[in-house]
Amino acid sequence: MSEKVILDEEEIRRALTRIAHEIVERNHGCDGIVFIGMHTRGVPLSRRIAANIKEFERSEIPIGVLDISLYRDDLPSLGVQPFLRPTTIPTDIAGKSVILVDDVLYTGRSIRAAMDALIDLGRPQSIQLAVLVDRGHRELPIRADYVGKNMPTSRYEEVVVHLNETDGRDEVAIIKKR
Amino acid sequence: MRTTKQREIAATLEAGIWRRRHVLDLDDFTSEEVELVLETADAMKEVLSREIKKVPTLRGKTVVTLFCEPSTRTRVSFEQAAKNLSADVINLGASGSSVEKGESLIDTARTLQALGADAIVMRHYHAGAPYLMARHTDVSVINGGDGCHAHPTQGLLDLYTVRDHLGTVAGAKVVIIGDITHSRVARSNIWGLSKMGAEVVLSAPPTLLPVGLSIPYFPEIVVEQNLDRAVEGADVIIPLRLQRERQKGGLLPSLREYVQLYQLDAKRLAKAKPNALVLHPGPMNEGVEITREVAHGAQSVIEEQVTNGVAVRMALLYLLLGGAQ
Repeated sequence: MSEKVILDEEEIRRALTRIAHEIVERNHGCDGIVFIGMHTRGVPLSRRIAANIKEFERSEIPIGVLDISLYRDDLPSLGVQPFLRPTTIPTDIAGKSVILVDDVLYTGRSIRAAMDALIDLGRPQSIQLAVLVDRGHRELPIRADYVGKNMPTSRYEEVVVHLNETDGRDEVAIIKKR
Repeated sequence: MRTTKQREIAATLEAGIWRRRHVLDLDDFTSEEVELVLETADAMKEVLSREIKKVPTLRGKTVVTLFCEPSTRTRVSFEQAAKNLSADVINLGASGSSVEKGESLIDTARTLQALGADAIVMRHYHAGAPYLMARHTDVSVINGGDGCHAHPTQGLLDLYTVRDHLGTVAGAKVVIIGDITHSRVARSNIWGLSKMGAEVVLSAPPTLLPVGLSIPYFPEIVVEQNLDRAVEGADVIIPLRLQRERQKGGLLPSLREYVQLYQLDAKRLAKAKPNALVLHPGPMNEGVEITREVAHGAQSVIEEQVTNGVAVRMALLYLLLGGAQ
């Protein structure tokens, strides 16, 4: 087992600042944007991006929290059911530009589940995806609109994201399992 | 605070604490298991608040309700819960099924299993019937009320309702009034509430209290026959339905006397804490164990109990059927 840091605290901060600017630029401002953070680490990430935007645009973007467990396609094969956390969506997402926020994009299956969950909640005008790390190996035709860092990985590696809010420090590392 | 607690529960879940296949009563639940069910029910309540109250979680699973005794809310609540999770539901009653022809419970269980049922929700007039069924099938059995014995899902939904309002069950003074002897709701509630740290007080005429109730299993249970004294400082009051169908043995001198001594009315409710909650397992005999005024008053959470019941049952179905079998 070997561990390699791919993003440190400062690099995470810069990546999130850049993503915040890209989101505002691509959407021509902040009107109609809603952030949806995916449990667990998508939630603090969405709050940080929203805080960045507030700093330079002075507008408050609504933030929701999404738990996708009820929509997972691998539930029947999981030995242990995932622990459910409440989904809270602060505003009607119908007609809005929803920006899903997650830490790592990998197979794309959780994003598929998240999109199904969102569409059950209303019909957004568009869904965009922001992730801190894209590690490749997609199994579905899904891509991210905003990426903190593209990181080619092997399937034998694990990408571990630590965030201050959930883990007490900011760091992204790759762990080689063999 | 809540999130630390949630993380602990998530950790226990990942450690495989939830190994349960059946839900027969709350006596064998650990407090961690109860907490897990209640937390999961929180997530389910969000689903119930949506315009489209349906998630695809249990697609392809089949839930059978087998009710050999009348029921509106429990059966419909389970059916609703299963359908909200996209399971298929088959409703069986004693009449109209082979149970009527005398098919034994064991054979019924095996037949339902062969037909592909994943869970059987069962209500039966004999105490212990769901246990018998559970012993003879691999299908998950959920007790929807067995005789005078247990009604675990009612116990859980009452816990959920209390926790929803008070933040925690621990330390709450809960008064259960009336026909304890014949009440499966009371039994499951006593297990659940005392496990979660509530102070349980029973108030009933001695003829409606089971003999020796407090001695072997429930050393902390307080019995206070005088209702006016029992409700003093209560956080939660649960008047039980006076089960008139089970009152043929002359346990009460008269209905009038019962009403006088044990009815929950506004005057008695005023002796409890200012925002004390009034729960009732339903169906109510308004004017007997509870006045109309109290049943529909500001402190009554009886309708919420019904909604919470669906959320709690969704949580149980998810926990029992969600993962690999």
